[in-house]
Amino acid sequence: MRSLSSFFYRYQRLSLLLLLALPLLWLGVIYLGSLSALLAQSFFSLDGFTGQVVKEFTLSTYTQLFSPANLDVIGRTVTMALVVTLASIIVAFPLAYTMARAASPALRSLLYLLVLMPLWSSYVVRVYAWKLILAKEGVLNWFLSKLHLSWLSDGLLGLPVIGGPSLSLSFIGTFLVFLYIWLPYMILPIAAGLERIPKSLLEASSDLGGKPALSFWRVTFPLVLPGIVAGSIFTFSLTLGDYIIPGVVGNSQPFIGQVVLIQQGTAGNIPLAAAFTVVPMVIMALYLSLARKLGAFEAL
Amino acid sequence: MTNSSVRFENVNRHFGGIKAVDKVSFDVKEAEFFTFLGPSGSGKTTCLRLIAGFEQADKGQIFISDKLVNSIPPYDRDVHTVFQDYALFPHMTVLDNVAYGLMIKKIPKPQRHKQAEQALEMVRLTGLGNRRPAQLSGGQRQRVALARALVGRPKILLLDEPLGALDLKLREQMQVELKELQTQVGITFIYVTHDQEEALSMSDRIAVFNHGKIEQLDHPRVIYEQPKTSFVAGFVGTSNLIEGQLAQKLSGQTSPFTIRPERIRLTQEIDTAPQTIKVAGTVHDIIYLGMYTRSHIQLDDGPLMTVHSQNLDSNSSSPKFHKGDRVNLSWAAEHMHHLEP
Repeated sequence: MRSLSSFFYRYQRLSLLLLLALPLLWLGVIYLGSLSALLAQSFFSLDGFTGQVVKEFTLSTYTQLFSPANLDVIGRTVTMALVVTLASIIVAFPLAYTMARAASPALRSLLYLLVLMPLWSSYVVRVYAWKLILAKEGVLNWFLSKLHLSWLSDGLLGLPVIGGPSLSLSFIGTFLVFLYIWLPYMILPIAAGLERIPKSLLEASSDLGGKPALSFWRVTFPLVLPGIVAGSIFTFSLTLGDYIIPGVVGNSQPFIGQVVLIQQGTAGNIPLAAAFTVVPMVIMALYLSLARKLGAFEAL
Repeated sequence: MTNSSVRFENVNRHFGGIKAVDKVSFDVKEAEFFTFLGPSGSGKTTCLRLIAGFEQADKGQIFISDKLVNSIPPYDRDVHTVFQDYALFPHMTVLDNVAYGLMIKKIPKPQRHKQAEQALEMVRLTGLGNRRPAQLSGGQRQRVALARALVGRPKILLLDEPLGALDLKLREQMQVELKELQTQVGITFIYVTHDQEEALSMSDRIAVFNHGKIEQLDHPRVIYEQPKTSFVAGFVGTSNLIEGQLAQKLSGQTSPFTIRPERIRLTQEIDTAPQTIKVAGTVHDIIYLGMYTRSHIQLDDGPLMTVHSQNLDSNSSSPKFHKGDRVNLSWAAEHMHHLEP
């Protein structure tokens, strides 16, 4: 035992390599390997007659990807992801702020528990629960009618595109469920970001004459921005790739995740499914480089 | 020097059941270098935060330039703070940090940058404006914090243990610089420290805090030479406290008295000079400290005394006394300082 530990002491690089072997193998082979296989697949094509994948380099799958019907799917998904992300920032921020700044230690633990608790139960169960909540005969409509607010939901559902016969069959419903399901992923990084800001920085700002609103925009916001970006990476990419929520709640117009599922499963068009998966990856890469350019990570 | 800069009238501040500041009153004059000295938890930082407006008084009145400020928020007080952790904005350059207060006052960019450059020059950081705080050393950050607080020309500068994080040499250098700067800009400095030497060397007046109260408020010399309480005698410098029968025997008075270690002579023979107090004891231990030697002497019928003797003779490589030696202690009667009973 003693000689083994002194061996590792002498050859520290070797022990580091041994330590990293498993994660490197996992990341290199399983993760990066499958990603590059995916990327390679997207440059193959499907033979229309035989239904076989032709393993030759071609851009025809990408031409297919940019057909109007598929662009429609991409546009719908990206818009939903954007709206969900913005709404989660707006809803999550006050709660995260309370958790990080205002609450007493006991209340803070309780709030963390409440935010995390939904993650302990199955996500599919929660999505179906929302379908019932949002249904025409569901609890939400019952509640609204008791408050004499039915006109509000009727008015919303009467709107073009986002409306529908009931909340559970409209994009509004899809949006609400996305917002609910991903909210913890936005709250936690924002709260963590806020907790990292030393209290003295805000005192310094007010000491130098900054009123609370100015201190917020000049000090708190830039410093918590990496946390907001981290949260939005979750909400944005999770919405881009999800295939369950729009299938359960919504007006059955497809999202990217559903198309990927259909193409690689039922349709057997793995190249097109792969090309579809590349879309969220490219969008996320663009988003991150934009965030970097705007200085979102300078405070890290 | 006659106008009041900051005045506390019976100010109280409680945290839960703890009286952080307990009926504190004082009056800081304009352009004065005023120090709150005390151990941690003595209420000195809370007092500073009450002046800045980060804390609110539960009772009592706080005046800044003779104006009652109890309900005025920090951003409307003409007071700037140098924070203990410097509190520099990590996402801004040094120049933007310094110009922050001017930006809030809506001073146009070229002008505020020029003023910020001048402030950086004043703290000898010319040319570092484009760096980020993270790229600076502790001493440089401290200067940026100082420049940022001074650039807006406040009436009062509050400094919360600003030199605490610096090493000894740099701290001594900054003490001199701070004092010079204060004379140069001519504004009130209110300085919080637990370092008695720092307080003695820089201040016009010192308020010694203990348990949320001011034990003594006076000029540095008076604080050191004529401590009012045994706490002040023990906290500011080292003191030997002599009480009870021995006090009466030696001084002829019943009240306890203190005697500074450096005022005591250690001799083999009994000192025969007139007007000296003499007492005998046994050497308990001897600690060589370079500039001086600290000896602890157990009095025959009294406490363990601390004696500081200057090491004036460079040839004496071995100590004059050893553990267990019998010695005589003596001091001039005028050096005894009687405490309030």
